[in-house]
Amino acid sequence: MQLTLRIGVFSACLLPFAWLVYAIATNALGPDPAEAVMHVTGEWSLRMLALTLLISPLRQWSGWAPWMKLRRMLGLYAFFYACLHLFTFLQLFIGWTPARILEELVERPYITAGFAAWLMLLPLALTSTRGMQRRMRRRWLQLHRLIYPTAVAACLHLLWQARSDIGEALVYIAIFALLLGWRLRRYQRKRRPAIAA
Amino acid sequence: MPKRFSIPEIASSEITPEAVYLDRRQFMRGVGVAAVPALAGLATGAHAAPTTGGAALDFAAAAPGQEGFYTDETRTPLDDVAAYCNFYEFGTDKGDPARHAHEMTVDPWSIEVSGEVNKPGKLNLEDILSGFDLEERIYRLRCVEAWSMVVPWVGFPLADLLNRFEPTGKARYVEFRTLYRKAEMRGTRSFTSIIDWPYREGLRMDEAMNPLAILSVGMYGKTLPNQNGAPVRLVVPWKYGFKSIKSIVSIRLTEKQPKTSWEMLAASEYGFYANVNPEVDHPRWSQATERRLPSTFFQPNRIPTRMFNGYEEQVAHMYSDMDLSRYY
Repeated sequence: MQLTLRIGVFSACLLPFAWLVYAIATNALGPDPAEAVMHVTGEWSLRMLALTLLISPLRQWSGWAPWMKLRRMLGLYAFFYACLHLFTFLQLFIGWTPARILEELVERPYITAGFAAWLMLLPLALTSTRGMQRRMRRRWLQLHRLIYPTAVAACLHLLWQARSDIGEALVYIAIFALLLGWRLRRYQRKRRPAIAA
Repeated sequence: MPKRFSIPEIASSEITPEAVYLDRRQFMRGVGVAAVPALAGLATGAHAAPTTGGAALDFAAAAPGQEGFYTDETRTPLDDVAAYCNFYEFGTDKGDPARHAHEMTVDPWSIEVSGEVNKPGKLNLEDILSGFDLEERIYRLRCVEAWSMVVPWVGFPLADLLNRFEPTGKARYVEFRTLYRKAEMRGTRSFTSIIDWPYREGLRMDEAMNPLAILSVGMYGKTLPNQNGAPVRLVVPWKYGFKSIKSIVSIRLTEKQPKTSWEMLAASEYGFYANVNPEVDHPRWSQATERRLPSTFFQPNRIPTRMFNGYEEQVAHMYSDMDLSRYY
């Protein structure tokens, strides 16, 4: 049952990527694939990030521990789509000129925010193995709290590039606000009895 | 005697209006095309031929010359020009106009010409199509979003129309407005859109009278698909695409510089002039290069952007005493 669930989720998360590869191969993305690929990879990175953050609340509400087994996979998928997103940006939008890349990073706040999000996901992906988790113990938990600023940076990345319609950005901001708000409330609840005692 | 045959009476309210019927077919077609991409959260519908426009036009073909009316660069295929465009009245996704612009009624149509003119008045679509000598212009179109196309337009000089209404001595600017019809333009019904409709654009009088500035009624020899600005749009090839306002219903000559939509929205990012300029970046992205469409994933077709989109010879004199980094 659990294995089926994991295989199912793994395959489902791979579908957008499979579709992209198919669409690129068959030239089905229209005259400007750069924009389409940017959009799809960015959007799925955000969605995977939101799903990763949904696992803890889901476990608490359902009381079903196996949800936790999906968390690493979803987090790695968020990183995977973020990498594709970054690669597409370099390959199709600005090219691999270091000076140009640096200029984009420094001068455009939404690029800075997006890159910061990717940079924060990097150590999380590198330390995502069970071995690392064991070795780092408490520090692993502390390090992986980086996912919260990552979510904030990702939202800013989206909001700061909205041009005339901020609807989509607001939807994601609302989702992440709920997910982070739930943690904040849980944190406050945990602390209260301690203070009383 | 009972009647053996009778013509069934159908209340007129029960007859599906043709527009709805056509809409339904459109919808069914859309479902098939959209099903697979929807899986990945994206609907492109990229390769469908346009369903509006396409009526034959009489015009004089473009020829190479000093005027800049012609280029031998590879033309962006009609289906791509029609499939990929910005027309926020129908949604902000590049595919939205192609999906939804057929909901706009483009006939009957008229343009009101007012303001600083001796003979204000209205021009009906028929007067426009029959009253001006149509010619082809093959222009580069550079979008502010750093992509570009080459499009063979059919139209006539904007100056021809303005002169007919006799601008007064006070006319220093021209303001254009796009149709704003909520029922037919779903993008204008978005609650989160921060554009103050109708869409507005403007030109300085000398820019409007420049021979490169045309009102286009067609492309590729046929009338415009709705998403490309049917039935009449402006084309000013040395400026970013958003200046080339679509589906025009009002032209007003003014003494003062008119407010334009993008300027109202973010003056620090979009200026009144919006001349193509590789040296002045948009605050959020570089304008040094552009993707010439169609491009592919492995061959992005990135080319350097040219000053005034390559029309320097024809237009630079109008800005010789201006600081272009200030008047962007």
